[in-house]
Amino acid sequence: MTTKLMGQPVQRTEDQRLLRGRGRYADDVAVSPGTLHCAVLRSPHAHARIVDIDVSGVLDVDGVHAVWTYDDLTGPMAEPLPLLIPHPALTEGRTQYALAKDRVNYVGEAIAFVVADDRYLAEDAVGRIEVAYDLLPPVVGIDAARAAEHLVHDDVPGNVAARMEQATGDVEAAMAKAPHTLTLDLTVERSACTPLEGRGTVARWDPDTDRLQVWTSTQTSTGVRAVVAAKLGLDLGQVDVVTPDVGGGFGVKINHPWPEELLVPLAARALGRTVKFTEDRREHFISSAHERGQVQHVEVGFDDDGRLLALDVRFWHDHGAYIPYGLIVPIITSTQLLGPYKPEVYRVVFESLYTNTVMVTPYRGAGRPQGCYAMERTMDAIAGFLGKDRTEVRAANFIQPDEFPYDQGLIFQDGRELEYDSGDYPAMLEKIKALVGWDDFPAYQQEMAAQGRRVGIGLACYVEGTGVGPYEGAHVHIETSGKVKVATGLTTQGQGHQTAFAQLVADTLGCRFEDVEVVTGDTRRMPYAVGTFASRAAVMSGSAIHLAALRAREKVLRIAADALEAAEDDLEINDGVVSVKGNPLDGGAVIDLGTVAVLSNPLRYAFDEKSRVATQFTVGDPGKPPVAEDDEPGLEGKDFYSPERSTFASGMHAVIVETDPDTAEISILKYAVVHDCGRLINPMIVEGQIHGGVAQGVGGALYERMAYDESGQLLNASFMDFLMPYVTEVPDGIDIDHLETPSPLNPLGIKGAGEAGVIPSAAVFASAISDAEGFALTAMPISPSDLFTLRQEHS
Amino acid sequence: MKPAPFRYHRPSTPAEACEALAAELRDGAGAKVLAGGQSLVPLLSMRLASPPALVDINHLDPAAGLAAIEIRPEGVHVGALVRHADLLASEEARLAQPLLAQALAHVAHPTIRNRGTSVGSIVHADSAAELPAVLALLGGSLDVGSVRGTRTVPAEELFVGPLESSLAPDELALGATFPALADGAGVAFAEVARRHGDYALVGVAALVSNDTVKAAYLSVSDVPTVIDLTDVPDDDLGEAALSRLDPIGDIHATADYRAQLVRVLTAKVVREARKAR
Amino acid sequence: MSEDLHEFALTVNGVTHDLAVPARRLLSDALRHDLGLTGTHVGCEHGVCGACTVLLDGRPVRSCLMFAVTAQGAEVTTVEGLANDDDSLGPVQQAFAECHGLQCGFCTPGFLTTITAGLRDNPTPTHEQARDMIAGNLCRCTGYQNIVKAVERAAELSGEQR
Repeated sequence: MTTKLMGQPVQRTEDQRLLRGRGRYADDVAVSPGTLHCAVLRSPHAHARIVDIDVSGVLDVDGVHAVWTYDDLTGPMAEPLPLLIPHPALTEGRTQYALAKDRVNYVGEAIAFVVADDRYLAEDAVGRIEVAYDLLPPVVGIDAARAAEHLVHDDVPGNVAARMEQATGDVEAAMAKAPHTLTLDLTVERSACTPLEGRGTVARWDPDTDRLQVWTSTQTSTGVRAVVAAKLGLDLGQVDVVTPDVGGGFGVKINHPWPEELLVPLAARALGRTVKFTEDRREHFISSAHERGQVQHVEVGFDDDGRLLALDVRFWHDHGAYIPYGLIVPIITSTQLLGPYKPEVYRVVFESLYTNTVMVTPYRGAGRPQGCYAMERTMDAIAGFLGKDRTEVRAANFIQPDEFPYDQGLIFQDGRELEYDSGDYPAMLEKIKALVGWDDFPAYQQEMAAQGRRVGIGLACYVEGTGVGPYEGAHVHIETSGKVKVATGLTTQGQGHQTAFAQLVADTLGCRFEDVEVVTGDTRRMPYAVGTFASRAAVMSGSAIHLAALRAREKVLRIAADALEAAEDDLEINDGVVSVKGNPLDGGAVIDLGTVAVLSNPLRYAFDEKSRVATQFTVGDPGKPPVAEDDEPGLEGKDFYSPERSTFASGMHAVIVETDPDTAEISILKYAVVHDCGRLINPMIVEGQIHGGVAQGVGGALYERMAYDESGQLLNASFMDFLMPYVTEVPDGIDIDHLETPSPLNPLGIKGAGEAGVIPSAAVFASAISDAEGFALTAMPISPSDLFTLRQEHS
Repeated sequence: MKPAPFRYHRPSTPAEACEALAAELRDGAGAKVLAGGQSLVPLLSMRLASPPALVDINHLDPAAGLAAIEIRPEGVHVGALVRHADLLASEEARLAQPLLAQALAHVAHPTIRNRGTSVGSIVHADSAAELPAVLALLGGSLDVGSVRGTRTVPAEELFVGPLESSLAPDELALGATFPALADGAGVAFAEVARRHGDYALVGVAALVSNDTVKAAYLSVSDVPTVIDLTDVPDDDLGEAALSRLDPIGDIHATADYRAQLVRVLTAKVVREARKAR
Repeated sequence: MSEDLHEFALTVNGVTHDLAVPARRLLSDALRHDLGLTGTHVGCEHGVCGACTVLLDGRPVRSCLMFAVTAQGAEVTTVEGLANDDDSLGPVQQAFAECHGLQCGFCTPGFLTTITAGLRDNPTPTHEQARDMIAGNLCRCTGYQNIVKAVERAAELSGEQR
């Protein structure tokens, strides 16, 4: 009997390659002397008109093959890059050109593209390009954008790209009636995904077949394929995009096309050579996307129990110089801010603002960390005002288990109702309290205080819409060897899809796990797909793979039933062998999947011994067509999963911190997570996602910020000064407990898990540090220096 | 992030190295010495520095003794090719001058210490680095050579500005001497950094003997600064130090916060150095 | 203007290769692009992330902070040299597989080389020492929890093999 693999901590198959140094990341593709390398001249100024570009110093340099500027671009390439997600509220959407046309709007914007024998020579050449600029006053930060003394884009008044409002009722009337009200102003600074591998693209034009092959470090190969074809004037069928191993994404690689994703294929076609661009670390800081920067204003009305009667939120979102990814991040903040709570009336208004800084696209959590921070600081403020325990106020506002599905009365990021499918928040609260030792903490805090030590505890709750549409698909192909080849179109950046998806196939099909090979992100294998973001891979591709495997299974049983002269219902498949239920494997009639695959494909030609049984003088009813009218040859299953709406995972984090009374250094004494992502496919992988999210959250709460000066220079564009945590900065051990409330929306009951770990970090640390210090934090991240300043202000 | 081209010299003897340095200076802007490269190579890769030539001293004949740690009567002599890791691991060096190991444990991470050289760190003269402050506090010196001969530069004459030493462009550092711990003296080192292994926001080394209390500071002035705190009452140590220092703010810390760290760390290291006597 | 090439032999994973590269060629680039040993990854090129860590005469160093020409005469070990002779995973690699010590795998080679040397110097690290051993390498995926476990597991596996 095959053991079910769903829910098992199966070791990852991909690790065998990766651990031997045999991964294939974008920069590992086409490592050969013939490959050409690129470098990009980037704007040193945050805001300027380009007066002149002189590339004459480059043209005769040994080893330099070509240089492009805007003037060399034609047709669709000379048009702005696409605005990927239009929205009716996004009235002033602006996107950049692949190479700056006549203005630059952030330090790092691409101006010229050089192709040379190697990256060293390409950088030398970039240094020889002369550009004359006419400087314009830069707009840096939300305050400057709102003040609109200067404009990022001359034709965008007030620097406002979009203003959007959603309300579930008359918030002003509800506020007026509320017994108590509070106001909070809360800010979050910019951070970024900073995967260890930056962006990278390789392209090869095959003149013999008139086809373009692109490898790119992306979270959406089908998206890149479509836009490369459109921009280069190729038919979709002429372009293949392969996503090799990706060294981390965390959101930044969902935006597309990056200028280089077009320029590299353009150069490959023009030069007839394989061309590669590998982004370096400084480039990643100044030309890939950031996120998180928001200023948020909360007004809340509540009763004596802390119940939310009116919640009125305004916030300002800094989306940088361009807005290719639309309003996704602020829409998520504005909707997911509600978390597990049910205010009687909610209104949210936001403005998305242009600044002369790197553009903003989703970063793991995608607007949720800011929303969670706003909501949870509000909960703490209410508890403080009423003198109640912070958990009590939260509990008073939870959506109850019997209230699902629960419609929040808003429109979510996918254009569909924000309707929660399932969850059990009261049970989760009990779990997190027990896990962190909430009720025992006051005594501990007193004990520490007696020793002159400051400790604090914090709690934060969140709900995360995962698995957004529109769809994903899967193709399952059983080969005559019995091996099962599975393809799904979304991409992989370390989530262990090759393992988790193989577990699903093995369970559904009844084959051996070792016989399953999963390919992701290759448009040759699955041309219809969306991408990996919004914690959607397990939900979307997992479901699609399950459905496709079911289809393959149906066909296996149909053919096997015929071969074994048994009823389909009487058959079972274990370890890749079909047999009659209850019959012993050694004695009874059996047929293996490989043989079923042979029989599924009526042949004229025998290509090996095994295939002889499927040839025309061996099988088939001469009175019938070899392939029935409603059938097709081969043993395959293909299906798509397209749910009505997202499924909502949830979680609660708690942390105990200690702050040094003298140096204001902040250390983490305990970190606890309770997490509900429905049914788990591979708990080892899910825990790994939580660990990573928590570490990233620690970075975002205590270490990482993008430090722009007033002129729009990013002062910390390196790993020296952008402080990603090492092991020494993360908790030594994370206590994790799971709750499993299956999603009713998909066949496996799965919810997404990828982003969860990072969502409540700013909120939970703000809560704990406030508790330790005795005053409320309103700005995150917080450094020891910031905390020291706050202490002085509050003393 | 790739270095600009440069001419490359790989001398086998210190004399050859000095000749290469002199020749490059005669012909143009001069060469940089490449030892561990842990500070230099990032500067080259970011093209913040583009020297026309490098003199790679990593392949000097071992007989020249530049890779040796010697305990001499005047102190611990550290050759120009001694890696931080070797000096940190040297039991003899630790016994002779415990401040070395205390400070070296704060120099970046072990992998960087495997390659970076202690003398190179001194010549780089970064006031945020540990070893320049240690050399200054102990009153050590640097032996340098050139085609003109050799000379010994006392620490107090060595550090002249931000990332600037008093070495001539064609001089090669041969070794540093860290005076041994005197009988009855004690030392201590402490720093606060944002992340473990980062450059210190503030670092302080203390040397306490029978009749003196001195402290050296990193990251709070342009050059490593030694302050005599002899006869300063314990409660005033930090303020006394601050009267001679000029902490400035940057993206990681405000000037006020750095001043606070000066107060806290000064008191701490003086206390610990006394205890260590 | 073409650059002078320096011809020298570089020994990597026990195999000696003839190289002819400009002096400015970083060791990381020489390994990856000239020798095709792409297991060594480049994450920052300023010596902070540790993804490019290789062993130079047995000691972990950042290959992005060395010129290839400087490595002449040294023995370089990369991640490709850490498997056993029969291509089975070495103890550190095996421990990473068992403990889910990697996700995207990009930083992993630097951790593997660093830990290999670390356990050679200290075969039985305490929990604190296991954490210290990896304190100079950045990982953005795992939150380090399982990497610390992998160090401890690798110590066990190495002990069993001895």
